[in-house]
Amino acid sequence: MNSAAKPENGFKAFLIETGELSFFAARFFRQTFKRPFEFQELIHQSYRVGVQSLPLVAVTGFIMGLVFTLQTRPTLAEFGAVSWMPSMIGISIVRELGPMITALICAGKIGSGIGAELGSMRVTEQIDAMEVSGTNPFKFLVVTRILAVTLMLPVLVILADAIGLFGSFLVENMKGQVSFMLYFNLAFESLEFGDLVPATVKSFFFGFVIGLVGCYKGYYSKKGTEGVGRAANSAVVIASLLVFIIDFLAVMVADIFYNL
Amino acid sequence: MVEEENITPDQVDTHSKVRVIDIKGLYKAFGNNMVLNGFDLDLFEGENLVVIGKSGSGKSVMIKCLIGLMPADSGHIDVLGKDIISINQETLDELRTDVGFLFQGSALYDSMTVRENLEFPMRRHKKKLGKNFDAEELVFEALENVGLAETVDMMPAELSGGMQRRIALARTLILRPKIILYDEPTSGLDPITAKEIIMLIMKIKKKYNTSSLIITHDMDCARVIGDRIIILRDGVNYAEGQFDKLASSKDPNLQAFFK
Repeated sequence: MNSAAKPENGFKAFLIETGELSFFAARFFRQTFKRPFEFQELIHQSYRVGVQSLPLVAVTGFIMGLVFTLQTRPTLAEFGAVSWMPSMIGISIVRELGPMITALICAGKIGSGIGAELGSMRVTEQIDAMEVSGTNPFKFLVVTRILAVTLMLPVLVILADAIGLFGSFLVENMKGQVSFMLYFNLAFESLEFGDLVPATVKSFFFGFVIGLVGCYKGYYSKKGTEGVGRAANSAVVIASLLVFIIDFLAVMVADIFYNL
Repeated sequence: MVEEENITPDQVDTHSKVRVIDIKGLYKAFGNNMVLNGFDLDLFEGENLVVIGKSGSGKSVMIKCLIGLMPADSGHIDVLGKDIISINQETLDELRTDVGFLFQGSALYDSMTVRENLEFPMRRHKKKLGKNFDAEELVFEALENVGLAETVDMMPAELSGGMQRRIALARTLILRPKIILYDEPTSGLDPITAKEIIMLIMKIKKKYNTSSLIITHDMDCARVIGDRIIILRDGVNYAEGQFDKLASSKDPNLQAFFK
């Protein structure tokens, strides 16, 4: 039971919530490797998370590339360093902007969606109905959703990176007559394996926390429709906060490896 | 619609029947609020047992403890010879295929069609249905039982409250349960639809010889369906007997229900 609903004080509530979220995560890992596996539902959820988030992620990535290049170009031009633009944009988008912005967009869209959907299923007794029909609702609803977000987020990040770079190229092409081949050659030349690996690994973690928090908030939703709204809202807030914390930790860890 | 006069409750001789549910000394509290305070209940094979009580008297808590949706604090709950409190999850899941549950708000999966709702319980329990079972045939048989075969490809949101309740009843029947638990089957329905649901419950009992535990506020429902009535008050089995006997009682606490 989610006993954090009636906190005696803020710090105690924080500790209770953290403990419960950890137990929820442990239960996820236990159930993930236990038979029967819900492959069909995992594919269905991956489709919902991946394909249905694609337009939003693509538009965001494109605008990110456009705006970032437009904002940066005048400063680089002042120092006569416009030729560095593809390298700088490439590194910034792949290392940081792409994963972070995609994760925050997904925390809003997917995290709140999962929180509201499971919350609504909880208050209308659909989760109980699943349980009395002899199906494990945690496996069917929670495990599949967390896995789907964890697996799909890196794919969305790669897509956002590519579209972001394309947006940046369009600006460079219009302002500096740079060809497609030259722009992407310069962008990829400066990228190393060490840029791609931490970015991809942290994207998996971003996906995991977005799915985990969304499912946790929705699964233990209470107090009718008000509780559903609260579940969706707090799923976004907590997941976004955790994305920032994971990003900070990932940068620290990557920095240690670079300096070895 | 089924005619009321054709279907009347059987008067079950509780001495010669097999006990399918046996609850003894059930306790459940939420903080300091003691909801069930040593509640006892027996349900016999083929019997319709109605539990009546005020709002908040613990009827839904009792039925949820009975099916393992809520842990009891203490007591003994035996369903079809299995102790609900001590059995493992796998055995509980198997047992649940023999116990149907009709939820108060129908609890249809709103992201699935009627067909998918009915097929859902079959996913993990194909063994019970036999090797050569035909899912399509079972779905249509269940829907025909509730007179809604034409809704098979509709979404729950496209159906009225009464239709949703009947589809939920069809879903409950799909695994051929021996016992059906009804949590307020007529609540939130207009009197005509409520009567249709009552008649449907009677029809299903006759057809499949199920044992039913019905929780209700609806005295018409209790009168028509109930072979035996239990009054739940202060967390205990306050009174028990046939409807007419309880209705004629001089006890003011009972009169409050029947007047």
